[in-house]
Formats: sequence, C-alpha cells, structure tokens
Amino acid sequence: MSAEPLSQSPWQTATIARIEKRTPRVTSFWFQPSRPFAHLPGQHVDVRLTAPDGYQARRSYSIASAPEAGAGIELAIERLDDGEVSPFFHDVAEVGDEIELRGPLGGHFIWQVSDGPPILLVGGGSGVVPLMAMVRHRTLQKSATPVTLVFSARVWDEVIFRDELIDLDDRRDGFELVLTLTREQARRPADYSRRVDAHMMVQAMERLPKAPRLAFVCGSNAFVSAAAEALIGAGVPARIIRTERYGV
Amino acid sequence: MVTRGFSSGRRPPSDTDERIPPGQYLEQGFPVLSAGPTPRVRTEDWSFTLKHGPRPVKKWNWAELNALPHSKMTRDIHCVTAWTKFNTPWQGVLIDDILADAGIEPPTAHTLAHSFDGYSTNVPTKDLVTGKAMVALLYEGKPIAPDHGGPARLLVPHLYFWKSAKWVNGLQFTERDEPGFWELRGYHMYGDPWREQRYSGDP
Repeated sequence: MSAEPLSQSPWQTATIARIEKRTPRVTSFWFQPSRPFAHLPGQHVDVRLTAPDGYQARRSYSIASAPEAGAGIELAIERLDDGEVSPFFHDVAEVGDEIELRGPLGGHFIWQVSDGPPILLVGGGSGVVPLMAMVRHRTLQKSATPVTLVFSARVWDEVIFRDELIDLDDRRDGFELVLTLTREQARRPADYSRRVDAHMMVQAMERLPKAPRLAFVCGSNAFVSAAAEALIGAGVPARIIRTERYGV
Repeated sequence: MVTRGFSSGRRPPSDTDERIPPGQYLEQGFPVLSAGPTPRVRTEDWSFTLKHGPRPVKKWNWAELNALPHSKMTRDIHCVTAWTKFNTPWQGVLIDDILADAGIEPPTAHTLAHSFDGYSTNVPTKDLVTGKAMVALLYEGKPIAPDHGGPARLLVPHLYFWKSAKWVNGLQFTERDEPGFWELRGYHMYGDPWREQRYSGDP
C-alpha cells in the first residue's frame, strides 16, 4: 500500500448508463464518469443528491466492479426503507440521469493481486460489494491467487451476484465460494445454514493452501463484529484483519 | 447541480439546522466504524503514555489516570461518513489536566494520538488544550463500550470524529505535523467539519 498521501478527486458528474435488479432489495447502477476514474478493488465513492432548494444528501457506496472492467462504475445499492438516498435510486433514478459523485475514496480496505496470496474474504449481505470488486479483479487479472469468500445472506434469493459467484466457484481455479444462509436451509452440499462462527472460519481456511495473508470483512456493524471475533477465534491475527462497517 | 427527481430527503428540523455542518445528516443512533477488529483492552492492562518525540515523559495506569480531576463535556459530534449526533455526554480527564499532572507545557505545536490497535491520528496541539479535548472515560455516565473506543478514547469533538482516537494509549508531541493512519490514506490533515475538510485537497 502506498504511504504517500493520496490526493482526492473533486466532485464530478456521472451518467447512469445501466440499471439491473440483483435481488429483491439490491439493484446495480452503472455510472459513466465524465472525467477519468481509476479505482482499486475495495474502494468506494461518495454520491451527492441536491434538491431544488439546495438541500444535499450524501452517502458512501462501495464499488462492485473491477478496475479492469471498463464499462463504468458499478454500485450495488441496497434499498433502506428509512433512508433518503437509496430509495431515490430504487424509485426515481433512470438511465441517462446525471448524478454527482466523488472518488475513488478509501485507502485501507483495498486488495490487489500484487499484494500477494492467499486471501480470505468475509461478507454479510451487501457487505459483499467491495469484496466482489476484489474477486472480479482477480478473475480479470487471470490470477491464480487462492481466495476464499465466505458470504452470509439471509436467504438464497438475497445472495447478491449469485450466478456469477457460483460460476466462478465452478471453475476450480483457486477461488472458493462458501455460502451461509441464516434464515433458510443451504442449497449446495458444502454450504451452511447458520451465522458465521469460528468453526466455519477454520473450515473456510482449510480451503486455502496456507494461512491467509490478509482477511477482509465487510457488512453491518453486528456482522463485522461477529465475523472478526470468529476469525480471531479461528486463530487469525487481529493485525491482518481489515474491516469495513456500514456504521449501523 | 440539482438532481432530477430529488426533492424530499430527510431534512433536519429547521431549529437544528445551524448545528449541522455542511454535507452532514442528523443521526439518532451511534454508528460504529473502525479499520479493524475491536480490541478488548482490560483496565488492568491499560496505560497512557505522554511522549515528546521518542522520549516518554510520563505514564499513567488506569487508576492513576482516573484519579486526575474529571470534567464533563456534552457535545455534538460529526463523523466523516456524514452523520452528526447531538448532545453526546462524555466524562474524562482534560488534556490540560494530564499535562499539568506531568508538569509540562506543550513542547511542540503538533501531536499524534496513538491507540492500542496501532491506530494513530494527528491533531494540532492547540486543538487539544484550553478545555477543547479530553481522554474520555465515561459515556452517558457509564464505561465506554469497546465498540466505541473503551476503556478510554480521545475526544476532540470540534474535529471530524476519526480524530477522536478509540482505544487511546498515548499522546506524542512531534516536531512536524505527521499524518496518522487515515491521514496517510487520503483523509484531511486537520478535519474541520464546518469547512468540510474530509479528504486531502479539501480547502
């Protein structure tokens, strides 16, 4: 990681180029920035909405697309019913709309193939989004880096990027997907039907050729706390665990 | 630029408007953000060290720091992730009282705060003294929860809250303004919420 202070880009206008529903509560929006945009896997953008009277609301969203993808920036936005920004995207935003965004932002929750193998990723719900950028980056780099993703969702239909992840898992090229459903029975033989725990982390790490060099955990605060404790319980040193929390 | 179709939003009540810095929204809960797992620091293992450069000036254990005069601060706090929380009640030891107990005047204009998990953040020394900042020991009259930085966190409420280092274990006076953990990763060296100094390059 760079030790140089990063200079942050100013606000710019991006155009919504494509919208695709991912799950009942998560929709992906592809933004075409008006100025050059180069991110690292795991980074986020700030999005700003402005009302006619000048009132502004801003939120941070992780980038789901790999830097190499080149088809705009994909943000997978979960609808929060009491939110003020996510309902706008789900109910109002259309292809062609212009949105202000700033980024890429964040200098810690980042992984690149060049950082070295192996890697353990643990995501809860839409916390999988920045991890997806890392997985896609690995694929597009044709990297053999062993990566195991433990992805906790409530039910099968809320597994974001499900078909893509299962397809990558089926390639048997060093990427391993471990799904755990907290409110439904597992659908695949080696998956789980419970909340993440230390035993699950031990078994996830058995899929890696050696102990992980870094572990990335993202989700709600409750999920990240539980997953980080599960990792520590499984013997992962705290100093190699990087977390990203929604805050709540 | 007005966003097509965005009109409602979650405006703060007009009587609180002037307490909310630009780009922030009012939060009732107390969100938790941190770069790594929550360290569990036992008070029997806790210590706080004042340093001038590499040289330790004075070190306090939990009982010794708690024995210093306590002060209360109830303040609005502002997180760079855009939430603002009103009237958070803290109790702890002012940095002024820690310096007085060590018998020193601040030797440099710059300070780095350090934490048990390796975190650090820089704050100008003048922003830590004259009643502006404390080592907080209680929140709402109770021990600070580990998620919120307990047993003790720095409290510099007039700056974005990443400057209020969780799990604080020392202050180090430095000759130069040295960036801390987030400041090395693109965040602002000072972090005034009223000037919206979120990232490096902001005014």
